[in-house]
Amino acid sequence: MAVITYRQALHDTLREEMLADEDVFLIGEEIGVFEGSYKITAGLLDEFGEKRVRDTPIAEEGFIGAAVGAAMQGLRPVAELMTINFSLIALDQIVNHAAKIYGMFGGQCSVPMVMRTPGGGGQQLGATHSQNIELYYAFVPGLKVVAPSTPADAKALLRASIADNDPVLFLENLALYNTKGEVPETVEPAEIGKAAVSRPGNDITIIGYSRMATVAHQVADKLEDEEGISAEVVDLRSLRPLDRETLVESVRKTNCAVIAEDDWLTYGIGAEIAASISDGAFDSLDAPVRRVAAAEVPLPYAKPLERAALPSAESLTTAVHETLEAVGRRR
Amino acid sequence: MAETATRSKPASGGAGKTRRNGTRSSGKRVQTGANNVFSGESPDTLRDYFRQMTLIRRFEERAAQGYTQAKIGGYCHLNLGEEATVVGLMSALRRSDYLFTNYREHGYALAKGIEPGRVMAELYGRTSGTSKGWGGSMHMFDVDSGLLGGYGIVGGQIPLATGAALAIDYRGGDQVVMCQLGDGTTNIGAFHESLNIAALWNLPVIFVVVNNQLGMGTTVEKSSAESELYKRAVAYRMHGERVDGNDVTAVNEAASRLVEHARATGEPALLETVSHRLKGHSVVDPSKYRSQESVDAARAADPVATFRARLIDSGVLDEDGAAEIERQAQADADAAVAFADDSPHPDVSTLFDYTYATPVANDSRRLPADPVF
Ligand SMILES: Cc1ncc(C[n+]2csc(CCOP(=O)(O)OP(=O)(O)O)c2C)c(N)n1
Ligand SMILES: [Mg+2]
Repeated sequence: MAVITYRQALHDTLREEMLADEDVFLIGEEIGVFEGSYKITAGLLDEFGEKRVRDTPIAEEGFIGAAVGAAMQGLRPVAELMTINFSLIALDQIVNHAAKIYGMFGGQCSVPMVMRTPGGGGQQLGATHSQNIELYYAFVPGLKVVAPSTPADAKALLRASIADNDPVLFLENLALYNTKGEVPETVEPAEIGKAAVSRPGNDITIIGYSRMATVAHQVADKLEDEEGISAEVVDLRSLRPLDRETLVESVRKTNCAVIAEDDWLTYGIGAEIAASISDGAFDSLDAPVRRVAAAEVPLPYAKPLERAALPSAESLTTAVHETLEAVGRRR
Repeated sequence: MAETATRSKPASGGAGKTRRNGTRSSGKRVQTGANNVFSGESPDTLRDYFRQMTLIRRFEERAAQGYTQAKIGGYCHLNLGEEATVVGLMSALRRSDYLFTNYREHGYALAKGIEPGRVMAELYGRTSGTSKGWGGSMHMFDVDSGLLGGYGIVGGQIPLATGAALAIDYRGGDQVVMCQLGDGTTNIGAFHESLNIAALWNLPVIFVVVNNQLGMGTTVEKSSAESELYKRAVAYRMHGERVDGNDVTAVNEAASRLVEHARATGEPALLETVSHRLKGHSVVDPSKYRSQESVDAARAADPVATFRARLIDSGVLDEDGAAEIERQAQADADAAVAFADDSPHPDVSTLFDYTYATPVANDSRRLPADPVF
């Protein structure tokens, strides 16, 4: 099996999907000549030409709306929003239009489009360029939101997103682009709406998505190696729909859970997960569900402040230890 | 290269609101030198322009170095190649006038009157920085000098600047707002919405499109259906004009005229300055997409080098005088670095200091590892 980066997995999948279907085209800022702000689309302009790799003006509302309109005609645009922060300028087209057209017109017209966009802090980009606001989209019926954490999942979920007949927000993360993982020769499209137990265990469930799913794995591996703790990791992979069954099943087995999320705690993704656990595994819980999330501040630029504000392997480890202490499974 | 579009207007004054009609003292005319192409600036003013442009050049070089040394993080966009534009524009403003910029604002901060050490300290993320280390390269702010923010979201500053002009109009002040933005930014909705509002309500804001001919890697021709950007003012019945952004005196003449007209009448205007970006979009961008012609043109037009030559040709400066200014600029940039490096990092205990201006019950002050209860 080939070991490739998350970036490469995205790049390869875009290319393969474009080769397979003439209706798939790329649209976004600086994706052609500049090869993408994070170089996901490197080389694709040369290979496919301007018709299918379309550099847009800096006009998020305009080009996302144009992608919605083209998708209504049956094309399959894959739009790149340079970062999720800039998606806010296109919020109206995404929430009031892309998400509404299928239902509002009684199912007559679908919107088969993908919006790829990275979120994430930790790069000292300051308050406006470091946000994790996938919740804004995960809140909206009519949108699908996926958030792969590994190169293999990036590939499987991107294939599924492009094949899907609904608007899909495809969440990437700046810190994941250079991470590596095994990717099989052929990858089938994933089923959107399914979480994965990406690391089986018995003592505690750690639930994460995107970057924090990878942090959960690091923490779980270390707990196993150093303390013999068997942590199960549930990687959500899809934020809408949310696979409540898989996470509730895990908590029924382990009886306790820690949620690891990069977004803000209050009203965040973790709040919905904690509520779901309460709904489905209340009787199994031996301790309160714990959430590790970002401090609720506009993220400062200065490194010491930024570091303190963001969740990390250390803060997740602390939360896991304290939860295990609460259930009496750790001295 | 001055070109104008749309509604003609008097050089100053005009009907409408009563505002103090600002005048600009032009000082002594430059008399010396066979190649004198200056038209009204005193030798002191010209030397000061050169001093400021050189300081920006040296400062930005040190910023690039600090980035490479990982003293500076995040994104770091430099004004290299835009020094004439920056100094020409800022010299047209009073200290009490307001300035809004994009994220490429180090030079503006210096030329608007902030001490270089505080600008560098912001890049270093220190408490002595213009935003106390909270903003970084893209987000400088300083009330005293009227810099009401560098903004990292493309176009974000444009409605804000329009709103500041609304406040001036509302209160009857005589300040003017200058709103700097890039060529690529003329394609975002906020630009068009704001120009319309400013024209409709007659607000004293000068929109300055710093046309360095590139967005990140996208040329103006590839991004703007009307690539003569000053003409975009036409749609809003606003005065628009274009000036050579490599020529500090031309920029200053145009900017001063528009600023003083806005001061007198409240009328907004659009000024386009045309120059080049000497380096990448940000410090980490190797500009692989850029044509050799474009790079050569940028080097040939280097505003600091050409202005230096003009000053020497016209006898405003001699070699020694120029070298002395350059030595001083280097020393100032070095001192800014030393100041920044010696300044403290913000303490983690201050993380929750600026979430709300009015303290509020139940404000979350939780760190990631803290439990809710
Ligand atoms: C809303 C939004 N979209 C995209 C970006 C990413 N971005 C940052 S700078 C830039 C190019 C801006 O070009 P221009 O307006 O010409 O200004 P310059 O950088 O040349 O000064 C882009 C696309 C952003 N910061 N905000
Ligand atoms: Mg530009």
